[in-house]
Amino acid sequence: MTKTTQKILLDLVTYAFLTAGAVMMLAPFLWMVATSFKIPADQFTHTLIPNPATLDNFRKLFSFDLNFPRLFMNSAIISLLTVIGQLLTCAMAAFCFAVVKFRGRNLLFTLLLVTLMIPEQVTLIPNFIIFKWLHLVGTSVPLWLPAFWGGAFGTFLLRQYFLTIPRELVDAARVDGASLWQTFWRIYLPLGKPALAALAIFTFQGAWNDLLHPLVYMPTVPNTTLTVGLAFFQTQLTMGGRFTVLMAGALISILPLILVFFFAQKQFIEGISLSGLKR
Amino acid sequence: MEYGLRPLGREKFWFWVMLIPTLIGLTFGALGSILATLGLSLTNWDLLRPPTWAGISNYLALFNNPAYFKALTNTFKFSAMYVPGVVIISLFVAVLMNRKIHGVSIFRTIYFLPAVTSAVATALVWNMIYGRDTGILNYLLNLLGQPSICWLCTKNALMSVVVVNIWGAIGEGMIIFLAGLTAIPREYYEAATIDGAGTFDQFFSITLPLVTPSIFFQTLISTINAFQAYDYIYMMTRQGQGDSSVPVVVFSIYRNAWNFFKYGGASAQAIELAVLVILLMGFYFWLERRYVVYE
Repeated sequence: MTKTTQKILLDLVTYAFLTAGAVMMLAPFLWMVATSFKIPADQFTHTLIPNPATLDNFRKLFSFDLNFPRLFMNSAIISLLTVIGQLLTCAMAAFCFAVVKFRGRNLLFTLLLVTLMIPEQVTLIPNFIIFKWLHLVGTSVPLWLPAFWGGAFGTFLLRQYFLTIPRELVDAARVDGASLWQTFWRIYLPLGKPALAALAIFTFQGAWNDLLHPLVYMPTVPNTTLTVGLAFFQTQLTMGGRFTVLMAGALISILPLILVFFFAQKQFIEGISLSGLKR
Repeated sequence: MEYGLRPLGREKFWFWVMLIPTLIGLTFGALGSILATLGLSLTNWDLLRPPTWAGISNYLALFNNPAYFKALTNTFKFSAMYVPGVVIISLFVAVLMNRKIHGVSIFRTIYFLPAVTSAVATALVWNMIYGRDTGILNYLLNLLGQPSICWLCTKNALMSVVVVNIWGAIGEGMIIFLAGLTAIPREYYEAATIDGAGTFDQFFSITLPLVTPSIFFQTLISTINAFQAYDYIYMMTRQGQGDSSVPVVVFSIYRNAWNFFKYGGASAQAIELAVLVILLMGFYFWLERRYVVYE
Protein backbone atom coordinates (compact mmCIF):
# COMPACT_ATOMS: atom_id res chain seq x y z
CA MET A 1 0.00 0.00 0.00
CA THR A 2 1.44 3.35 -1.01
CA LYS A 3 1.50 6.42 1.22
CA THR A 4 -1.31 8.19 -0.69
CA THR A 5 -3.77 5.29 -0.69
CA GLN A 6 -3.09 4.85 3.03
CA LYS A 7 -3.84 8.52 3.61
CA ILE A 8 -7.06 8.42 1.58
CA LEU A 9 -8.17 5.32 3.49
CA LEU A 10 -7.44 6.98 6.85
CA ASP A 11 -9.33 10.09 5.73
CA LEU A 12 -12.35 7.97 4.84
CA VAL A 13 -12.29 6.21 8.21
CA THR A 14 -11.98 9.60 9.93
CA TYR A 15 -15.01 10.98 8.07
CA ALA A 16 -17.02 7.84 8.79
CA PHE A 17 -16.37 8.04 12.54
CA LEU A 18 -16.88 11.80 12.78
CA THR A 19 -20.13 11.67 10.80
CA ALA A 20 -21.54 8.82 12.87
CA GLY A 21 -20.63 10.74 16.03
CA ALA A 22 -22.13 13.95 14.69
CA VAL A 23 -25.44 12.19 14.03
CA MET A 24 -25.51 11.00 17.64
CA MET A 25 -24.67 14.46 18.96
CA LEU A 26 -27.30 16.14 16.82
CA ALA A 27 -30.14 13.59 16.91
CA PRO A 28 -31.69 14.66 20.25
CA PHE A 29 -31.82 18.28 19.05
CA LEU A 30 -33.46 17.32 15.76
CA TRP A 31 -35.95 15.26 17.73
CA MET A 32 -36.66 18.19 20.02
CA VAL A 33 -37.31 20.54 17.08
CA ALA A 34 -39.42 17.97 15.22
CA THR A 35 -41.61 17.14 18.20
CA SER A 36 -42.17 20.78 19.11
CA PHE A 37 -43.87 21.37 15.73
CA LYS A 38 -46.02 18.23 15.82
CA ILE A 39 -49.69 18.13 16.79
CA PRO A 40 -50.33 16.38 20.16
CA ALA A 41 -51.79 13.30 18.46
CA ASP A 42 -48.49 12.82 16.61
CA GLN A 43 -46.21 13.26 19.63
CA PHE A 44 -44.86 9.70 19.47
CA THR A 45 -44.69 9.22 15.71
CA HIS A 46 -41.26 8.16 14.49
CA THR A 47 -40.84 10.78 11.82
CA LEU A 48 -38.57 13.80 11.70
CA ILE A 49 -40.86 15.92 9.51
CA PRO A 50 -43.97 17.09 11.38
CA ASN A 51 -47.04 16.48 9.26
CA PRO A 52 -49.19 18.41 9.87
CA ALA A 53 -46.90 21.02 11.40
CA THR A 54 -48.24 23.47 13.97
CA LEU A 55 -47.17 26.45 16.06
CA ASP A 56 -49.81 25.70 18.69
CA ASN A 57 -47.30 24.25 21.15
CA PHE A 58 -45.40 27.54 21.27
CA ARG A 59 -48.64 29.50 21.61
CA LYS A 60 -49.62 27.31 24.57
CA LEU A 61 -46.37 28.15 26.32
CA PHE A 62 -47.39 31.77 26.37
CA SER A 63 -51.07 31.27 27.01
CA PHE A 64 -52.19 28.93 29.74
CA ASP A 65 -51.06 28.66 33.33
CA LEU A 66 -47.43 27.85 32.47
CA ASN A 67 -46.35 31.47 32.85
CA PHE A 68 -43.38 30.75 30.63
CA PRO A 69 -42.46 34.41 29.97
CA ARG A 70 -42.05 34.99 33.69
CA LEU A 71 -39.69 32.02 34.03
CA PHE A 72 -37.74 33.28 31.05
CA MET A 73 -37.40 36.76 32.58
CA ASN A 74 -36.32 35.31 35.94
CA SER A 75 -33.60 33.24 34.28
CA ALA A 76 -32.47 36.21 32.18
CA ILE A 77 -32.22 38.61 35.14
CA ILE A 78 -30.40 36.12 37.36
CA SER A 79 -27.96 35.17 34.60
CA LEU A 80 -27.17 38.77 33.64
CA LEU A 81 -26.59 39.86 37.24
CA THR A 82 -24.37 36.82 37.77
CA VAL A 83 -22.30 37.74 34.71
CA ILE A 84 -21.89 41.35 35.85
CA GLY A 85 -20.86 40.29 39.36
CA GLN A 86 -18.37 37.71 38.20
CA LEU A 87 -16.75 39.87 35.49
CA LEU A 88 -16.23 42.79 37.83
CA THR A 89 -14.98 41.00 40.94
CA CYS A 90 -12.96 38.30 39.18
CA ALA A 91 -11.23 40.84 36.91
CA MET A 92 -10.26 43.03 39.86
CA ALA A 93 -8.88 40.10 41.84
CA ALA A 94 -7.12 38.65 38.80
CA PHE A 95 -5.43 42.00 38.22
CA CYS A 96 -4.19 42.05 41.81
CA PHE A 97 -2.82 38.52 41.55
CA ALA A 98 -1.22 39.05 38.13
CA VAL A 99 0.18 42.56 38.47
CA VAL A 100 0.35 43.82 42.04
CA LYS A 101 3.00 42.66 44.46
CA PHE A 102 1.73 42.17 47.98
CA ARG A 103 2.53 40.04 50.95
CA GLY A 104 0.76 36.66 50.98
CA ARG A 105 -0.03 36.78 47.28
CA ASN A 106 1.02 33.22 46.52
CA LEU A 107 -0.59 31.81 49.64
CA LEU A 108 -3.88 33.56 48.86
CA PHE A 109 -3.84 32.40 45.26
CA THR A 110 -3.14 28.80 46.29
CA LEU A 111 -6.02 28.94 48.77
CA LEU A 112 -8.28 30.19 45.99
CA LEU A 113 -7.24 27.31 43.73
CA VAL A 114 -7.88 24.79 46.50
CA THR A 115 -11.48 26.00 46.75
CA LEU A 116 -11.89 24.99 43.09
CA MET A 117 -11.72 21.36 44.13
CA ILE A 118 -14.27 21.59 46.92
CA PRO A 119 -17.70 20.38 45.84
CA GLU A 120 -20.27 23.16 45.86
CA GLN A 121 -22.64 21.03 47.88
CA VAL A 122 -20.42 21.62 50.91
CA THR A 123 -21.15 25.34 50.95
CA LEU A 124 -24.80 25.00 49.99
CA ILE A 125 -26.31 24.23 53.41
CA PRO A 126 -24.75 27.07 55.47
CA ASN A 127 -25.45 29.53 52.65
CA PHE A 128 -29.06 28.38 52.62
CA ILE A 129 -29.34 28.84 56.38
CA ILE A 130 -27.94 32.37 56.17
CA PHE A 131 -30.28 33.35 53.32
CA LYS A 132 -33.21 31.82 55.15
CA TRP A 133 -32.29 33.80 58.25
CA LEU A 134 -32.22 36.94 56.08
CA HIS A 135 -35.68 36.01 54.70
CA LEU A 136 -34.29 35.88 51.16
CA VAL A 137 -35.28 32.32 50.33
CA GLY A 138 -37.98 32.47 47.65
CA THR A 139 -36.36 35.52 46.03
CA SER A 140 -33.71 35.53 43.32
CA VAL A 141 -31.13 37.29 45.54
CA PRO A 142 -29.36 34.10 46.78
CA LEU A 143 -28.88 33.06 43.16
CA TRP A 144 -26.99 36.13 41.95
CA LEU A 145 -25.59 37.85 45.05
CA PRO A 146 -22.76 35.31 45.60
CA ALA A 147 -21.47 36.20 42.12
CA PHE A 148 -20.41 39.54 43.61
CA TRP A 149 -17.84 38.04 45.95
CA GLY A 150 -15.54 36.69 43.29
CA GLY A 151 -14.96 33.20 42.09
CA ALA A 152 -11.99 30.87 41.94
CA PHE A 153 -12.49 29.73 38.34
CA GLY A 154 -13.00 33.21 36.89
CA THR A 155 -10.10 34.72 38.82
CA PHE A 156 -7.83 31.90 37.73
CA LEU A 157 -8.86 32.16 34.07
CA LEU A 158 -8.40 35.93 33.91
CA ARG A 159 -5.13 35.89 35.84
CA GLN A 160 -3.66 33.39 33.37
CA TYR A 161 -4.62 35.73 30.55
CA PHE A 162 -3.47 38.90 32.30
CA LEU A 163 -0.04 37.30 32.81
CA THR A 164 0.40 37.18 29.03
CA ILE A 165 -0.02 40.95 28.69
CA PRO A 166 3.48 42.47 28.23
CA ARG A 167 4.79 44.06 31.41
CA GLU A 168 6.51 46.82 29.45
CA LEU A 169 3.04 48.28 28.84
CA VAL A 170 2.48 48.61 32.57
CA ASP A 171 5.92 50.05 33.21
CA ALA A 172 5.42 52.60 30.45
CA ALA A 173 2.03 53.58 31.83
CA ARG A 174 3.47 53.92 35.32
CA VAL A 175 6.23 56.18 34.05
CA ASP A 176 3.49 58.32 32.48
CA GLY A 177 1.88 58.56 35.91
CA ALA A 178 -1.00 56.10 35.56
CA SER A 179 -2.47 54.98 38.89
CA LEU A 180 -3.18 51.40 39.82
CA TRP A 181 -6.86 51.77 38.98
CA GLN A 182 -6.06 53.42 35.63
CA THR A 183 -3.65 50.61 34.79
CA PHE A 184 -6.44 48.15 35.44
CA TRP A 185 -9.18 50.10 33.69
CA ARG A 186 -7.25 51.47 30.69
CA ILE A 187 -4.81 48.63 29.97
CA TYR A 188 -5.86 45.31 31.44
CA LEU A 189 -9.61 45.45 30.88
CA PRO A 190 -9.38 46.43 27.18
CA LEU A 191 -6.53 44.01 26.45
CA GLY A 192 -8.19 41.25 28.44
CA LYS A 193 -11.34 41.34 26.31
CA PRO A 194 -11.00 37.80 24.85
CA ALA A 195 -10.68 36.22 28.29
CA LEU A 196 -13.42 38.45 29.71
CA ALA A 197 -15.72 37.41 26.87
CA ALA A 198 -14.97 33.76 27.53
CA LEU A 199 -15.69 34.17 31.24
CA ALA A 200 -18.92 36.05 30.49
CA ILE A 201 -20.11 33.20 28.28
CA PHE A 202 -19.19 30.48 30.78
CA THR A 203 -20.84 32.35 33.62
CA PHE A 204 -23.99 33.02 31.63
CA GLN A 205 -24.15 29.38 30.60
CA GLY A 206 -23.65 28.16 34.16
CA ALA A 207 -26.31 30.46 35.60
CA TRP A 208 -28.81 29.85 32.81
CA ASN A 209 -28.48 26.06 33.04
CA ASP A 210 -28.25 25.82 36.84
CA LEU A 211 -30.78 23.46 38.40
CA LEU A 212 -29.59 22.67 41.93
CA HIS A 213 -29.45 26.22 43.32
CA PRO A 214 -32.85 27.34 41.96
CA LEU A 215 -34.32 24.10 43.33
CA VAL A 216 -33.03 25.08 46.75
CA TYR A 217 -33.82 28.80 46.71
CA MET A 218 -36.83 29.18 44.35
CA PRO A 219 -38.50 25.80 44.32
CA THR A 220 -42.05 26.77 43.38
CA VAL A 221 -43.60 27.63 40.02
CA PRO A 222 -44.08 30.27 38.70
CA ASN A 223 -41.65 32.20 40.91
CA THR A 224 -38.62 30.31 39.67
CA THR A 225 -36.22 29.79 36.75
CA LEU A 226 -36.67 28.06 33.41
CA THR A 227 -34.84 24.92 34.54
CA VAL A 228 -36.99 24.33 37.63
CA GLY A 229 -40.07 25.29 35.62
CA LEU A 230 -39.28 22.73 32.90
CA ALA A 231 -38.61 20.03 35.49
CA PHE A 232 -42.00 20.83 37.02
CA PHE A 233 -43.82 20.87 33.68
CA GLN A 234 -42.30 17.50 32.91
CA THR A 235 -44.25 15.92 35.74
CA GLN A 236 -47.38 17.89 34.82
CA LEU A 237 -47.40 17.54 31.07
CA THR A 238 -46.23 13.97 30.59
CA MET A 239 -49.23 12.82 32.60
CA GLY A 240 -51.54 14.73 30.30
CA GLY A 241 -49.58 13.43 27.32
CA ARG A 242 -48.30 16.80 26.08
CA PHE A 243 -44.72 16.10 25.04
CA THR A 244 -45.15 18.49 22.15
CA VAL A 245 -45.57 21.48 24.48
CA LEU A 246 -42.71 20.27 26.65
CA MET A 247 -40.38 20.11 23.66
CA ALA A 248 -41.44 23.59 22.57
CA GLY A 249 -40.54 24.81 26.07
CA ALA A 250 -37.20 23.01 25.99
CA LEU A 251 -36.42 24.47 22.57
CA ILE A 252 -37.18 28.06 23.65
CA SER A 253 -35.11 27.56 26.82
CA ILE A 254 -31.98 26.58 24.90
CA LEU A 255 -32.33 29.18 22.13
CA PRO A 256 -30.49 32.02 23.93
CA LEU A 257 -27.48 29.79 24.56
CA ILE A 258 -27.46 28.43 21.03
CA LEU A 259 -27.47 32.02 19.74
CA VAL A 260 -24.65 33.05 22.08
CA PHE A 261 -22.71 29.98 21.02
CA PHE A 262 -23.02 30.65 17.30
CA PHE A 263 -21.94 34.26 17.64
CA ALA A 264 -19.19 33.67 20.18
CA GLN A 265 -17.94 30.22 19.31
CA LYS A 266 -14.36 31.42 19.10
CA GLN A 267 -14.38 32.85 22.63
CA PHE A 268 -16.03 29.72 23.99
CA ILE A 269 -13.37 27.47 22.54
CA GLU A 270 -10.43 29.74 23.33
CA GLY A 271 -11.67 30.06 26.89
CA ILE A 272 -11.74 26.33 27.43
CA SER A 273 -8.31 25.91 25.86
CA LEU A 274 -7.01 28.71 28.09
CA SER A 275 -8.29 27.04 31.26
CA GLY A 276 -6.79 23.70 30.25
CA LEU A 277 -3.39 24.52 28.84
CA LYS A 278 -1.55 27.00 30.97
CA ARG A 279 -1.08 26.54 34.64
CA MET B 1 12.87 38.02 41.24
CA GLU B 2 9.09 38.06 41.17
CA TYR B 3 7.44 40.74 39.16
CA GLY B 4 4.92 43.06 40.67
CA LEU B 5 3.86 46.64 41.13
CA ARG B 6 3.82 48.03 44.61
CA PRO B 7 0.78 50.15 45.39
CA LEU B 8 1.84 53.60 46.58
CA GLY B 9 0.06 55.94 48.98
CA ARG B 10 -3.58 56.37 48.04
CA GLU B 11 -3.34 53.44 45.65
CA LYS B 12 -3.37 51.12 48.63
CA PHE B 13 -7.02 52.04 49.06
CA TRP B 14 -7.83 51.06 45.47
CA PHE B 15 -5.86 47.89 45.84
CA TRP B 16 -8.04 46.82 48.76
CA VAL B 17 -11.20 47.83 46.90
CA MET B 18 -10.22 45.46 44.11
CA LEU B 19 -9.26 42.59 46.32
CA ILE B 20 -11.94 42.78 49.00
CA PRO B 21 -14.85 41.00 47.23
CA THR B 22 -12.62 38.00 46.67
CA LEU B 23 -11.33 38.11 50.24
CA ILE B 24 -14.91 38.14 51.53
CA GLY B 25 -15.83 35.27 49.23
CA LEU B 26 -12.80 33.28 50.28
CA THR B 27 -13.18 33.78 54.05
CA PHE B 28 -16.97 33.60 54.35
CA GLY B 29 -18.20 32.03 51.12
CA ALA B 30 -15.67 29.21 50.90
CA LEU B 31 -13.59 28.58 54.01
CA GLY B 32 -16.24 29.82 56.44
CA SER B 33 -18.90 27.70 54.77
CA ILE B 34 -16.75 24.61 55.04
CA LEU B 35 -16.23 25.20 58.75
CA ALA B 36 -19.96 25.89 59.13
CA THR B 37 -20.87 22.66 57.34
CA LEU B 38 -18.39 20.85 59.54
CA GLY B 39 -20.04 22.36 62.61
CA LEU B 40 -23.54 21.59 61.35
CA SER B 41 -22.60 17.99 60.73
CA LEU B 42 -22.04 17.63 64.49
CA THR B 43 -25.62 18.69 65.25
CA ASN B 44 -29.17 17.62 64.57
CA TRP B 45 -31.10 20.54 63.18
CA ASP B 46 -34.34 20.94 61.23
CA LEU B 47 -34.11 24.77 61.21
CA LEU B 48 -37.38 24.96 63.20
CA ARG B 49 -36.35 23.90 66.69
CA PRO B 50 -32.96 24.85 68.14
CA PRO B 51 -30.14 22.53 67.06
CA THR B 52 -29.05 19.75 69.39
CA TRP B 53 -25.52 18.41 69.75
CA ALA B 54 -25.01 15.15 67.94
CA GLY B 55 -21.25 14.61 68.20
CA ILE B 56 -20.03 12.28 65.50
CA SER B 57 -23.30 10.31 65.50
CA ASN B 58 -24.24 11.67 62.06
CA TYR B 59 -21.02 10.22 60.65
CA LEU B 60 -21.44 6.91 62.46
CA ALA B 61 -25.01 6.71 61.15
CA LEU B 62 -23.68 6.84 57.59
CA PHE B 63 -22.04 3.44 58.09
CA ASN B 64 -25.28 1.60 58.77
CA ASN B 65 -27.52 3.60 56.49
CA PRO B 66 -28.38 1.39 53.49
CA ALA B 67 -29.81 4.32 51.49
CA TYR B 68 -26.57 6.27 51.85
CA PHE B 69 -24.46 3.23 51.07
CA LYS B 70 -26.45 2.77 47.87
CA ALA B 71 -25.93 6.42 46.95
CA LEU B 72 -22.19 6.14 47.57
CA THR B 73 -21.97 2.96 45.50
CA ASN B 74 -23.87 4.64 42.68
CA THR B 75 -21.55 7.66 42.77
CA PHE B 76 -18.51 5.39 42.46
CA LYS B 77 -20.07 3.25 39.72
CA PHE B 78 -21.09 6.42 37.90
CA SER B 79 -17.57 7.86 38.08
CA ALA B 80 -15.93 4.56 37.11
CA MET B 81 -17.89 4.57 33.85
CA TYR B 82 -18.15 8.31 33.22
CA VAL B 83 -14.53 9.42 33.69
CA PRO B 84 -12.83 6.88 31.37
CA GLY B 85 -15.73 7.25 28.94
CA VAL B 86 -15.35 11.02 28.64
CA VAL B 87 -11.54 10.96 28.52
CA ILE B 88 -11.20 8.17 25.94
CA ILE B 89 -14.01 9.27 23.62
CA SER B 90 -13.08 12.95 23.62
CA LEU B 91 -9.41 12.12 23.03
CA PHE B 92 -10.43 9.87 20.14
CA VAL B 93 -12.65 12.59 18.63
CA ALA B 94 -9.91 15.21 19.08
CA VAL B 95 -7.30 13.01 17.39
CA LEU B 96 -9.63 12.51 14.42
CA MET B 97 -10.31 16.24 14.20
CA ASN B 98 -6.63 17.05 14.45
CA ARG B 99 -5.99 15.28 11.14
CA LYS B 100 -6.06 18.05 8.60
CA ILE B 101 -9.36 17.32 6.88
CA HIS B 102 -12.09 19.55 5.46
CA GLY B 103 -15.15 20.46 7.49
CA VAL B 104 -13.49 20.23 10.90
CA SER B 105 -15.11 23.43 12.12
CA ILE B 106 -18.61 22.13 11.31
CA PHE B 107 -17.91 18.90 13.20
CA ARG B 108 -16.51 20.89 16.12
CA THR B 109 -19.66 23.01 16.33
CA ILE B 110 -21.95 19.97 16.27
CA TYR B 111 -19.95 18.06 18.88
CA PHE B 112 -19.92 21.07 21.14
CA LEU B 113 -23.68 21.70 21.00
CA PRO B 114 -24.64 19.33 23.87
CA ALA B 115 -22.04 20.96 26.11
CA VAL B 116 -23.64 24.37 25.60
CA THR B 117 -27.28 23.55 26.17
CA SER B 118 -28.85 22.84 29.54
CA ALA B 119 -29.02 19.31 30.87
CA VAL B 120 -32.61 20.01 31.89
CA ALA B 121 -33.75 20.70 28.33
CA THR B 122 -31.82 17.87 26.69
CA ALA B 123 -32.84 15.42 29.43
CA LEU B 124 -36.46 16.01 28.40
CA VAL B 125 -35.67 14.74 24.89
CA TRP B 126 -33.57 11.88 26.19
CA ASN B 127 -36.52 10.77 28.30
CA MET B 128 -38.55 10.61 25.09
CA ILE B 129 -35.78 8.74 23.27
CA TYR B 130 -35.47 6.23 26.11
CA GLY B 131 -39.26 5.82 26.43
CA ARG B 132 -40.27 2.21 26.98
CA ASP B 133 -43.25 1.89 24.66
CA THR B 134 -43.02 5.06 22.63
CA GLY B 135 -39.29 5.82 22.51
CA ILE B 136 -37.33 5.98 19.29
CA LEU B 137 -34.55 3.76 20.65
CA ASN B 138 -36.85 0.81 21.29
CA TYR B 139 -38.52 1.47 17.93
CA LEU B 140 -35.12 1.07 16.25
CA LEU B 141 -34.40 -2.06 18.31
CA ASN B 142 -37.72 -3.56 17.25
CA LEU B 143 -36.93 -2.79 13.62
CA LEU B 144 -33.79 -4.89 14.07
CA GLY B 145 -35.92 -7.67 15.51
CA GLN B 146 -34.77 -7.10 19.11
CA PRO B 147 -37.12 -6.89 22.10
CA SER B 148 -37.69 -3.52 23.80
CA ILE B 149 -35.51 -2.55 26.74
CA CYS B 150 -36.69 -0.54 29.75
CA TRP B 151 -33.84 1.97 29.60
CA LEU B 152 -34.74 3.96 32.68
CA CYS B 153 -35.82 1.08 34.94
CA THR B 154 -33.66 0.49 38.02
CA LYS B 155 -31.62 -2.22 36.29
CA ASN B 156 -30.49 -0.06 33.33
CA ALA B 157 -30.97 3.47 34.59
CA LEU B 158 -27.40 4.04 35.79
CA MET B 159 -25.95 2.99 32.44
CA SER B 160 -28.48 5.05 30.47
CA VAL B 161 -27.80 8.16 32.54
CA VAL B 162 -24.03 7.72 32.25
CA VAL B 163 -24.35 7.57 28.46
CA VAL B 164 -26.25 10.86 28.42
CA ASN B 165 -23.75 12.48 30.79
CA ILE B 166 -20.88 11.42 28.54
CA TRP B 167 -22.81 12.67 25.51
CA GLY B 168 -23.05 16.06 27.21
CA ALA B 169 -19.36 16.22 28.19
CA ILE B 170 -17.54 15.15 25.01
CA GLY B 171 -17.62 18.66 23.52
CA GLU B 172 -15.62 20.23 26.31
CA GLY B 173 -13.16 17.35 26.58
CA MET B 174 -12.60 17.47 22.84
CA ILE B 175 -11.60 21.15 23.02
CA ILE B 176 -9.16 20.49 25.88
CA PHE B 177 -7.52 17.70 23.88
CA LEU B 178 -7.47 19.68 20.63
CA ALA B 179 -5.57 22.42 22.46
CA GLY B 180 -3.12 19.85 23.80
CA LEU B 181 -2.68 18.17 20.42
CA THR B 182 -1.99 21.37 18.47
CA ALA B 183 0.72 22.23 21.01
CA ILE B 184 2.78 19.18 19.96
CA PRO B 185 5.55 20.38 17.61
CA ARG B 186 5.13 19.22 13.98
CA GLU B 187 8.84 18.37 13.75
CA TYR B 188 8.39 15.33 15.99
CA TYR B 189 6.02 13.76 13.49
CA GLU B 190 8.19 14.76 10.52
CA ALA B 191 11.24 13.15 12.13
CA ALA B 192 9.25 10.00 12.94
CA THR B 193 7.98 9.79 9.37
CA ILE B 194 11.53 10.02 8.02
CA ASP B 195 12.50 7.21 10.41
CA GLY B 196 9.67 5.15 8.91
CA ALA B 197 7.26 5.14 11.86
CA GLY B 198 3.64 4.46 10.87
CA THR B 199 0.53 6.34 11.96
CA PHE B 200 -0.18 4.05 14.92
CA ASP B 201 3.44 3.98 16.10
CA GLN B 202 3.42 7.77 16.00
CA PHE B 203 0.24 7.90 18.06
CA PHE B 204 1.58 5.68 20.83
CA SER B 205 5.14 7.01 20.96
CA ILE B 206 4.59 10.73 20.29
CA THR B 207 0.97 11.81 20.65
CA LEU B 208 -0.02 9.84 23.72
CA PRO B 209 3.00 10.73 25.93
CA LEU B 210 2.92 14.40 24.94
CA VAL B 211 -0.81 14.75 25.50
CA THR B 212 -0.61 13.35 29.07
CA PRO B 213 -0.93 16.84 30.63
CA SER B 214 -4.31 17.23 28.89
CA ILE B 215 -5.34 13.71 29.90
CA PHE B 216 -4.44 14.56 33.48
CA PHE B 217 -6.40 17.81 33.40
CA GLN B 218 -9.44 16.24 31.75
CA THR B 219 -9.45 13.31 34.19
CA LEU B 220 -9.34 15.77 37.09
CA ILE B 221 -12.22 17.87 35.75
CA SER B 222 -14.30 14.82 34.82
CA THR B 223 -13.86 13.31 38.28
CA ILE B 224 -14.95 16.52 39.99
CA ASN B 225 -17.96 16.65 37.65
CA ALA B 226 -18.78 12.98 38.20
CA PHE B 227 -18.92 13.38 41.96
CA GLN B 228 -21.20 16.38 41.57
CA ALA B 229 -23.41 14.99 38.78
CA TYR B 230 -26.98 15.89 39.52
CA ASP B 231 -29.00 17.46 36.69
CA TYR B 232 -29.49 14.45 34.41
CA ILE B 233 -30.03 12.16 37.38
CA TYR B 234 -32.69 14.46 38.78
CA MET B 235 -34.41 14.84 35.42
CA MET B 236 -34.24 11.22 34.24
CA THR B 237 -34.48 8.97 37.29
CA ARG B 238 -36.97 10.69 39.59
CA GLN B 239 -39.72 8.47 40.89
CA GLY B 240 -42.76 9.09 43.06
CA GLN B 241 -42.22 10.83 46.42
CA GLY B 242 -39.09 12.51 45.12
CA ASP B 243 -36.94 9.39 45.25
CA SER B 244 -34.59 8.34 42.45
CA SER B 245 -33.88 4.98 40.83
CA VAL B 246 -30.20 5.97 40.76
CA PRO B 247 -29.69 8.03 43.91
CA VAL B 248 -26.15 9.47 44.02
CA VAL B 249 -24.51 11.27 46.94
CA VAL B 250 -25.50 14.76 45.76
CA PHE B 251 -29.08 13.56 45.35
CA SER B 252 -28.95 12.13 48.86
CA ILE B 253 -27.61 15.42 50.28
CA TYR B 254 -30.38 17.41 48.61
CA ARG B 255 -33.06 14.96 49.71
CA ASN B 256 -31.93 14.75 53.32
CA ALA B 257 -31.68 18.51 53.68
CA TRP B 258 -34.63 19.82 51.68
CA ASN B 259 -37.10 16.93 51.77
CA PHE B 260 -36.41 15.42 55.18
CA PHE B 261 -35.07 18.60 56.89
CA LYS B 262 -32.10 16.71 58.34
CA TYR B 263 -29.54 19.47 57.85
CA GLY B 264 -27.03 17.87 60.22
CA GLY B 265 -27.08 14.52 58.49
CA ALA B 266 -26.92 16.13 55.05
CA SER B 267 -23.91 18.20 56.18
CA ALA B 268 -22.10 15.04 57.26
CA GLN B 269 -22.71 13.58 53.80
CA ALA B 270 -21.45 16.77 52.15
CA ILE B 271 -18.27 16.69 54.24
CA GLU B 272 -17.69 13.08 53.36
CA LEU B 273 -18.17 13.87 49.67
CA ALA B 274 -15.58 16.65 49.93
CA VAL B 275 -13.11 14.38 51.73
CA LEU B 276 -13.52 11.71 49.04
CA VAL B 277 -12.93 14.23 46.27
CA ILE B 278 -9.85 15.64 48.00
CA LEU B 279 -8.40 12.15 48.57
CA LEU B 280 -8.93 11.31 44.91
CA MET B 281 -7.28 14.58 43.86
CA GLY B 282 -4.31 13.71 46.06
CA PHE B 283 -4.07 10.34 44.32
CA TYR B 284 -4.24 12.02 40.90
CA PHE B 285 -1.47 14.45 41.75
CA TRP B 286 0.65 11.51 42.90
CA LEU B 287 -0.02 9.84 39.55
CA GLU B 288 0.81 13.10 37.80
CA ARG B 289 4.29 13.20 39.27
CA ARG B 290 4.94 9.64 38.10
CA TYR B 291 3.37 9.55 34.65
CA VAL B 292 2.64 12.97 33.23
CA VAL B 293 5.23 14.30 30.76
CA TYR B 294 5.84 18.04 30.78
CA GLU B 295 8.17 19.42 28.16
